[in-house]
Amino acid sequence: MSAVAYTRFETIRAFRNKRFFLFSLVFPLVLYFVITGPNKGETNLSGTGLSAAEYFMASMASFGTMTAMLGTGARIAGERSVGWNRQLRLSPLSARAYLRAKVVIAYALAGLSLGLLYISGAIMGVRLPAGQWIEMTLLIAVGLIPFAALGVLLGHLLTVETIGPAIGGGTSLLALLSGTWFPIGQTGFLHTVAQGLPSYWLVQANRVALGGHAWGTTGWVVVAAWSVVLIALAARAFQRDTGRA
Amino acid sequence: MAFTTTPEVQSGIRLAGLVKTFKSPQGPVQAVRGVDIAIAPGETLALLGPNGAGKSTTIDMLLGLTQPDAGTVSLFGGTPEEAIADGRVGAMLQAGGLLRELSVRELIAMMASLYPRPLDVDEVLDLTGLTGTAQQRTEKLSGGQAQRVRFAVALVSNPDLLVLDEPTVAMDVEGRHAFWATMREFASRGKTIVFATHYLEEADDFADRVVLMARGRIVADGPPTEIKARVGSRTIRATLPHADVQELRVLPGVATAERRGDSVELRCSDSDAAIRALLAREPEASDIEISGAGLEEAFLQLTGDEQADDNPTEVPA
Repeated sequence: MSAVAYTRFETIRAFRNKRFFLFSLVFPLVLYFVITGPNKGETNLSGTGLSAAEYFMASMASFGTMTAMLGTGARIAGERSVGWNRQLRLSPLSARAYLRAKVVIAYALAGLSLGLLYISGAIMGVRLPAGQWIEMTLLIAVGLIPFAALGVLLGHLLTVETIGPAIGGGTSLLALLSGTWFPIGQTGFLHTVAQGLPSYWLVQANRVALGGHAWGTTGWVVVAAWSVVLIALAARAFQRDTGRA
Repeated sequence: MAFTTTPEVQSGIRLAGLVKTFKSPQGPVQAVRGVDIAIAPGETLALLGPNGAGKSTTIDMLLGLTQPDAGTVSLFGGTPEEAIADGRVGAMLQAGGLLRELSVRELIAMMASLYPRPLDVDEVLDLTGLTGTAQQRTEKLSGGQAQRVRFAVALVSNPDLLVLDEPTVAMDVEGRHAFWATMREFASRGKTIVFATHYLEEADDFADRVVLMARGRIVADGPPTEIKARVGSRTIRATLPHADVQELRVLPGVATAERRGDSVELRCSDSDAAIRALLAREPEASDIEISGAGLEEAFLQLTGDEQADDNPTEVPA
């Protein structure tokens, strides 16, 4: 009995999914070179104190990793649409192991997206001390917790037909409001809205390059609050949908 | 669960007093209304009945997918959840699709990896006639092939209890034969098999025991031959142009008598007594034929009796 083998086959499935490849890997990567290329000399992008190469490396990674995490939802909805959730329920795979496998896969795919953008960043001239690379990675990993839960939640709430547009539209809107495509000013209404979104703090992980603390108390509180709420909702949706604890 | 039963029954499967009512816009629907079945290890049992008899609901409760309103389910002395966690249950459910983005072989290997004592994947591919399609993607299979893959998924878990809900519905005649041949081989390894079907022929040919359900209740339970005997009867046909059917009807062992042209047809409760009496009385009888009632006949008669039952609510399958 091995959840490892199960996770391996689920990973194969994810890689065969064209949507994942396009939106989580290809799209952010291409956009990164397109936007950063002409602005390679920009060392203080819109007053952020970061170079364009540094800023967009994390911002594009936020889009790619967010999409990778929500892909869990598409996989769960796909399973439900063919009744495979019932088949799995009749196997020794426990609910806990099932969810763990889903989250592990999501993080593995997000890690791949992040790694590719780090390499691209290095190509475009990003140079950071090792400690800052690690800190940025950890912040993004923590910032993805709400999205791990959201993926499970959407997978049990939506159908295989509706989840694609929901993820596509949702991530595009979040990215726009969170400063993925262009930095958001440090004051004003848009900034207030952005600060309440978990995706904003994924982008803000790039501030480790400035030294000091990238998130501050607000960031930690917002990410923690979204995590608690979405994990609770995901757990409820999972239990209601599968009829088990 | 505190059953005071013999060890033999404890090691098998026991459904006791199962009741399940579903809510529907037309009011509550009693899908299962008191089902008791004890299945010994190694037994092959057919749940037979028309659509809406409560077969699928009974199977869902047996597997722990649906909680009964009343009654208990015990698999190998524990709950369905425990038996499933031990990997002792394999199932082929009704109307399911296949997971996409995997080949047939990958899908079966994936499911095999979840069980403690799986069968060899190649052996299962061979048993189910899927060796030639092993590399194909699951989304590109025909209905019959997909059904075989679902069967392979149930087999590869190498379960002590194999549950199949209407397993041959999408199969052609050839596929059906191959399927039952595989099942016989599997049953010969001492496995317990429970399958639901509305094909009388399958229950008759394959099961050690038939539980006939109608409208949420068990209307007969026994070996196929016994069920057939329940309705009676054998039929005697003979060419007898001049006999009086009214007189034949009162012969010992005869239930009904009818004339069909030159011949008469006697439905008998005791065909041995009837044939002796008939020949004593009508020595010129020719073209004599004695045949057993089909399970079909038993089925219609036994489930038909239930039509006049107290609650006329339609029950979904």
